[in-house]
Amino acid sequence: MIGYALVFGFSAASLALVFNVWRLVAGPTLMDRVLAFDTMVINVIALIMLWGIQQETTLYFESALLLSMFGFISTVAFCRFRLRGDIIE
Amino acid sequence: MAFLLELLIAFLIVVGSLFLLVGSFGLIKLRDLMTRLHAPTKATTLGIGGVLLASMVHFIVVRGAVSVHEILIMVFLFLTAPVTAHFVAKAHLHEHMRDGAELPPTERDCGWSTFDPGARSPGESGQAPNRGPGDTDD
Repeated sequence: MIGYALVFGFSAASLALVFNVWRLVAGPTLMDRVLAFDTMVINVIALIMLWGIQQETTLYFESALLLSMFGFISTVAFCRFRLRGDIIE
Repeated sequence: MAFLLELLIAFLIVVGSLFLLVGSFGLIKLRDLMTRLHAPTKATTLGIGGVLLASMVHFIVVRGAVSVHEILIMVFLFLTAPVTAHFVAKAHLHEHMRDGAELPPTERDCGWSTFDPGARSPGESGQAPNRGPGDTDD
């Protein structure tokens, strides 16, 4: 049963990634693209966790943690750059 | 008991994935950025929480030990989602709504805090009060 749920989860997360790419390409403003990229990072983390469940390994947790940190830091740095013209003042 | 746990894991995976899908669908469906912000920051955060909970329950069942990594990721994502949304909204306001004509009134003495700092108490000001020329930010 977990196998079927995992198939559904992979499909849903992949479809969500396709939606995010759509917004990343079509987004009328720059901040739409930043938001789409941030959502993409979260969806990729979900894919990594589902992959970890399927492979029954805890090997990928660190990569998910690193990805979440880099996603947050890159989004904040980009928004700050747009706001202030500088990241670290 | 094993069947019930399996059912719980499958349910958490399905619900989490559905919320991820709903969040990303809202990202393409909603009208402008300020409404679009709601979908990824709330629905997607809930979805990733469901998937992480499923992973946690699964590894408790398989290994018999609680893994802390999921809690760490969950806490980090739940803490950073509002900060990200706030920064994106603020950057959007400063880029496109500079005149503030489209913003609803605040019904206070001062306007929107990101445009009109208003009356600040001394401790809240951005600049330190006694600032020498040699002081630098770091």
